[in-house]
Amino acid sequence: MESNFEPKIVGFLCKWCAYTGADLAGTSRIKYPPNVTPIRVMCSGRVDPVLVMKALSSGADGVLIAGCHPGDCHYQSGNVKTIRRFKLLQRMLDQFGIERDRVRLEWVSASEGERYAQVVENMTETLRKLGPLNWNGNKEAS
Amino acid sequence: MGSHLEFSYYPGCSLEGMNKAYDKSARAVSKSLGIDLTELNDWNCCGASAYMSIQELRAHLLSARNLALAEKEKKDLAVVCPACLTTLTKSNRYMGEDPKLRRTIASALRAANLQYLGTVKVRHLLEVIVRDIGEQEVKARVSRPLSDLKVAPYYGCQFTRPFGDFDDKESPVMLDTLLKWLGAEPVNFPLKAKCCGGMLMTTNEPIGLGLVRSLLDCAVQNGAECVATICPLCHITLEAYQGNVNKKFATSYKLPTFYFTQLMGVAFGFSRKELGINEELISSKRILPEQVEAA
Amino acid sequence: MAEKIGVYVCHCGTNIAQTVDCKSVVDYVSALPNVTVARDYQYMCSDPGQDLIKKDIKELGLTRVVVASCSPLMHEPTFRRAVEEAGLNQFLFQMANIREQCSWISENKEKATERAKSIVAAAVKRVEFQESLDVKKVPVNPNVLIVGGGITGIEAALQIADSGKKVYLVEKEPTIGGYMARFDKTFPTLDCAACILTPKMVSVGQHPNIELLSYSDVTGFSGYVGNFTARVRKRPKYVEDEKCSGCGLCTEKCPVSVPSEFECGLGKRKAIYRPFPQAVPNVPVIDTEHCLYFTKGVCKVCQKFCPRGAIDFDQKEVYIDLQVGAAILATGFDLFDASRVKQYGYGKLPNVITSLEFERLSHASGPTGGKILLKNGQMPTSLAILHCIGSRDTNFNEYCSRVCCMYSMKIAHLAHEKTGARVYEFYIDLRAFGKGYEEFYKRVLEEETIFIRGKAAEVTDVPQTPAERGKLVVVAEDTLLGIVRRIPVDMVVLSVGFEPRKDAVEIARIFSISRSQDGFFLERHPKLAPVSTASDGIFIAGSCQGPKDIPDSVAQGAAAAANALSLIDRKEVTLEPTIAVIDEESCSGCKICIGLCAYNAITFDEAKKVSKVNDALCKGCGVCVAACPSAAIEQRNFTDDQLLAEVESVCVSGK
Repeated sequence: MESNFEPKIVGFLCKWCAYTGADLAGTSRIKYPPNVTPIRVMCSGRVDPVLVMKALSSGADGVLIAGCHPGDCHYQSGNVKTIRRFKLLQRMLDQFGIERDRVRLEWVSASEGERYAQVVENMTETLRKLGPLNWNGNKEAS
Repeated sequence: MGSHLEFSYYPGCSLEGMNKAYDKSARAVSKSLGIDLTELNDWNCCGASAYMSIQELRAHLLSARNLALAEKEKKDLAVVCPACLTTLTKSNRYMGEDPKLRRTIASALRAANLQYLGTVKVRHLLEVIVRDIGEQEVKARVSRPLSDLKVAPYYGCQFTRPFGDFDDKESPVMLDTLLKWLGAEPVNFPLKAKCCGGMLMTTNEPIGLGLVRSLLDCAVQNGAECVATICPLCHITLEAYQGNVNKKFATSYKLPTFYFTQLMGVAFGFSRKELGINEELISSKRILPEQVEAA
Repeated sequence: MAEKIGVYVCHCGTNIAQTVDCKSVVDYVSALPNVTVARDYQYMCSDPGQDLIKKDIKELGLTRVVVASCSPLMHEPTFRRAVEEAGLNQFLFQMANIREQCSWISENKEKATERAKSIVAAAVKRVEFQESLDVKKVPVNPNVLIVGGGITGIEAALQIADSGKKVYLVEKEPTIGGYMARFDKTFPTLDCAACILTPKMVSVGQHPNIELLSYSDVTGFSGYVGNFTARVRKRPKYVEDEKCSGCGLCTEKCPVSVPSEFECGLGKRKAIYRPFPQAVPNVPVIDTEHCLYFTKGVCKVCQKFCPRGAIDFDQKEVYIDLQVGAAILATGFDLFDASRVKQYGYGKLPNVITSLEFERLSHASGPTGGKILLKNGQMPTSLAILHCIGSRDTNFNEYCSRVCCMYSMKIAHLAHEKTGARVYEFYIDLRAFGKGYEEFYKRVLEEETIFIRGKAAEVTDVPQTPAERGKLVVVAEDTLLGIVRRIPVDMVVLSVGFEPRKDAVEIARIFSISRSQDGFFLERHPKLAPVSTASDGIFIAGSCQGPKDIPDSVAQGAAAAANALSLIDRKEVTLEPTIAVIDEESCSGCKICIGLCAYNAITFDEAKKVSKVNDALCKGCGVCVAACPSAAIEQRNFTDDQLLAEVESVCVSGK
């Protein structure tokens, strides 16, 4: 794919773990690709698949949902619901012909700054190879 | 009767030279136990010498080629030398953990029309016998128990270090267990996993001899009548240098040294010739049963 | 009517300005619809910075405010307060994080600036959809729960109880005192641990405001800040606290002797026992695994001899619920298990002991009456202390356990004093950071302790020379001399490090707090909030937060107490109103939301055939919101409109 294509990724980060972990990456001055724009939610369980589809149809090339590790959810079992929804969402993506790699669910704890950076790096690389989603066919040329 | 396991057999360079007896005895007892050891076709040296410290990437490549060949056969690799075990396992692991290394090796392998996807496991024959074959099957084949022969089980430094999670790192017991199954008595041997100095013999013999002396001394102090080895280099070092040790330290060690597969073979009823015991440097005639002579 | 949005871009000194072109962001933002004013400033969180916002709200009639600066986890409360002070509802404010998640992660100025623009634009779009919300004020229950009765918990308990508030102190063991009760002397003053600890223990036991629940643990914890409910399980001691006079006759008469955990297995205790004579409460407990009555149905000698009739074999475990406003976790640590490091022979070679075992030998009421003795009953003539066992080690724990260098030196001093033995210390670095610590090191040096810089490689009993026969040989590289040394000694002491307790995972789950990478409880901020957690009202103190010595543990215990008292004295707390609300008109009564709520906060109204959220129980996670097929549930301040606006803005703007 184009070597200077910059994937645009929307990140839904739960306040208690993932968002705090992402903050920690910044506090530790870890440098990682700026392709994920974070949107804070209280729990990854808040992420409605509608939000994900909206992101993809509005120009995002990928979506990252990040929450607490299973068992550590601040709201007991919010992230369990996220897993369930995610599996159904994946089937929906298949039906749309969207590559599963474009929407990822990751667990990042509040102390995992390094891990958050790696997840973003990883996902950015993967999407760079996959190329732009081009949902409406009217993505501006980079 | 018994099990049927299949492995690609990787003898390693030393088994073609001074340690032919190890190869002979390993093949013989494996056949008895139903372990199919088909030698890996066109295998190359694993690079277990100092190569890794000098040309790391190329050293990995040597291992990778063997792993790729083994993967083609769709079998795991069985080795009898802990140095081969360490080197092959190291490359296997590092390629699995480092995508950059994996990619570089992959492109090199491609030039030889090979590929390696990381599916091969590398295992030492001792571990296969003790873990996969097990007590019942081994004991069933013991027709000539080693009647309390006192053996010092010598593992050497690389069997459990660094990757050997299958046994206690500082004080492994796998060989001790196997010896018991054969009817022998493994003696308490605190230095069982300490270095033999084999790698040093060519560069710093005095230190190497000192290490060998410690091992022999410890074995003898604990009542051993012989030593069982699981590594061709340890074997040669312990056996061949006893003379030099005696000269340097004014001792009189004459401790017979066996490959563990040779002791297995004796217990299974094979002859001295079949097990290569007749090629030994220190005579074991005193301690092995008479019948071994005859066959 | 169109909103009037004020946007403030912070430089944060050079933290943001060095990488993000703030002026460019201001220009970009000014051109966005409904943005009345856009400014940039050095430090928005400062007084002048906040004044900028307040002035604009008053003079320009702003209806929404966005501050683009650090993480909301840092200053959201600061700016919300500023906005409220100017007369605008605090929920009409949004923060854009262009520091932790923008300027600090990027080296490319152009990309960082574009990204900042995107983030700020999203916040601007979002804030338009935000609405005024009223915070809920709830009264704070003045009671405090303290979990863990070691020196940290004791300090916290006394501080809070002395201020007139009620403390529930829950301790797992039969007695309070923790690890400190097992130490002989403490560094650097060489105070006798028991002498300084027991008066505090007694104060706790006698304090009218402290309810001590010993031999108990917390099995559940629910509620919200100021209004928590703790479920405590009181395990059966089979001895009645109120009747027992602590005479000790039962323990004297008990025929069963087993290794004592308090003595690290070096001494014995009975099946009915007090861990040590100064235990608080001074009430023994029966160990049902070894008691003859519980295992074989016979004996009952203790009951026969008890002059107060305090033994009750039918006692059952009891669950009680406590209402508290705040909780302090002071659950402490575990010592690293030395048998995991096989090359030192712990558990195999006699006379290889841990530091705690040495403390017990040295202790006047320990198994040897305070004498340092080898297994053969003789005194050692030489002793080696091995630093960093299990710490600073990629095979086990990477962190430094902070206290071991100092306690090792203390052990060296005690060994020298009691036996006159030659003492060797094998170290990597020497950490003597506290008050009087460096001076103590000098003292130990003057006592001719030999310090060898080199972590010990192994301890072996296989001699290489006649001098090594019958000794333990410590093999180490002396890095200052550049040679490998073999030092024969009689006794080896392993300076084991600290680890999080094995039940730390369980405790973290019960209290819904996080743990750091190393497994210790996670503080809210490592520098500025070391005793708070991300959960309001729950505090941590002592070694459960990270390895530390007694002075620091006491300091943290007092700090946590101050935090708790500050919370309680506010009399009421405000709750975030970011809860779920159901629009009855849109609700179809499908009940999908009810089963999803982890707090049972949603009930079904049979009359109206719609679901209803109990706003006292709702925690605001949003799980039900995402599930509702009719979009009838909304999460305040995280509505679909707001999030969609944010998403759309991010996707459409910028490259």
